[in-house]
Amino acid sequence: MTKSGIYLDYAATTPVDPRVLRIMLPYFNKKFGNTMSLHSFGQEAKSALEESREEVASLIGAEPNEIIFTASATESNNLVLKGIAWACRNKGKHIIISSIEHPCIMESAKWLESQGFEITRLKVDKYGLIHPDDVRKAIKKETILVSMIHASNEIGTIQPIKEIGKICRERGVYFHTDATQSFGKIPIEVNSMNIDLLSASSHKMYGPKGAAILFVRKGTKIEPLLHGGGQEAGLRSSTVNVPAIVGMAQACRIAKKEMKDEGRCLTRLSNKLISGVLRKIPGSHLNGHPKKRLPNNANFWFEGVEGESIVVQLDLLGIAVSTGSACSSAKLEPSHVLLAIGLKHEEAHGSLRLTLGRWTKESEINYLLKVLPEVIKNLRKISPFKKSFKF
Amino acid sequence: MIYSKIYSKEIMKHFTHPQNVGKMKNYDGLGRAGNLTCGDIMYLYIKVGKNKNRRKIIKDISFETFGCTVAIANTSLLTTIAKGKTLEEALRITKEDLVKEFGQVPLVKIHCSLLAVDALGEAIYDYLSRNEQPISKELRERHQRVERDNKIIKRRHRELVKIEEKLHHNKNK
Repeated sequence: MTKSGIYLDYAATTPVDPRVLRIMLPYFNKKFGNTMSLHSFGQEAKSALEESREEVASLIGAEPNEIIFTASATESNNLVLKGIAWACRNKGKHIIISSIEHPCIMESAKWLESQGFEITRLKVDKYGLIHPDDVRKAIKKETILVSMIHASNEIGTIQPIKEIGKICRERGVYFHTDATQSFGKIPIEVNSMNIDLLSASSHKMYGPKGAAILFVRKGTKIEPLLHGGGQEAGLRSSTVNVPAIVGMAQACRIAKKEMKDEGRCLTRLSNKLISGVLRKIPGSHLNGHPKKRLPNNANFWFEGVEGESIVVQLDLLGIAVSTGSACSSAKLEPSHVLLAIGLKHEEAHGSLRLTLGRWTKESEINYLLKVLPEVIKNLRKISPFKKSFKF
Repeated sequence: MIYSKIYSKEIMKHFTHPQNVGKMKNYDGLGRAGNLTCGDIMYLYIKVGKNKNRRKIIKDISFETFGCTVAIANTSLLTTIAKGKTLEEALRITKEDLVKEFGQVPLVKIHCSLLAVDALGEAIYDYLSRNEQPISKELRERHQRVERDNKIIKRRHRELVKIEEKLHHNKNK
């Protein structure tokens, strides 16, 4: 291992697995047909598409015709909120989401609000958990959809999806979960977990960018966002991106086989990372749930320092990590997720997210544990808030 | 070794090797400035002396910053520029002076330069008022604006983020 190029930002995106890339290549220039064409080129592409659909469906226990391919999880999530809202607006105009959804759900909901829909944003506890009872209480006659993120992209907390789904099922309300971060990492079974709609993305699970899915349970009323040639059962017109979809299917095939072992390995590494950071760095705190979290996620906040400056310092040391905090992005406000779990502004600003993946080595975690305490210590020397720290 | 490609060389120079860091003992003036939205908080300490023309100068200066890369770099740069300047000269330093030194600064980070300049203005105001010296109308107004922002930060209240944003927004109109 060299000091350069340690990637600990797998929640942002993952490299394409070489086994995935290999399978995709012929679909760029040899098997390049349009799935809607009647000739053999088209039919070759079409059968690759349908085989991919079966592969993806089987990972979550769905029927193949319940899988709609889209281009991104953002698109899938937009399709769910706007598509259900439009299809069910005569039944009611009330939608329930959590306060820690990904921006594509938050912003879609906000837009629907401006169009006359009523949005309830459920609070979470200090671990980022939604309480199923709160969902029960929030559902009313006019509720048409409940949408809850499966595992938080920031703090990794895994929600009690099965229980929430059960409540929605009993009350006859559609239940959607944004499984972008959990898909392929932890087991999901749409029937036993009472899920009606589910979004997932390929590039978070070692597939290529540009492919994603929306699982739509048979019989669900939903309108498309894109009208045109009627691809994807009329729910998503557009020429089908076969290479990316074939890649996503291969990523699912690998996930099905390796998820269990990989999860165990990542849990061990992230536990080592978490306990190491908390032990070695005074004034450090874990964000999210200590147990109910994704196997690959670690999110901290450090007293007295700002997350962005930690990210830049680690980048100089060749370690790629991320911050939920403001200054890393164009937006200056701290993360809505960290504020929702009760962090103060300055605490949320001191946050750091490390996400592990398929190629994370123990030696890389050791190296991080060696350099991070020094980085925090040096930044605290510059900070006016250090009185409370013992060095 | 991978070098950060996010910011200019000048910014990275001051971020990785910040100048004049730390609390100052027996300072003559302390300036605090912050921005609740982005979370940056800066402390600037000055020691005032006289040059050979017997004009008051910033003899020594140091800083402490809780904030992002650009906030830390700005305060460091400002201390190097302000050191040795007369108080009048120091008050004439603008955020544009800092931005120019850095070359490229992302648009969302321009306010970090303003914060640093504000902190220096506050330190000089603090010195003048401690010593019952005359304070110009301009500096007094500047102080009132910064103090308003600081009060908001102290209350740390979530709803107030929006109000502060509005305050800034109206001011910039």
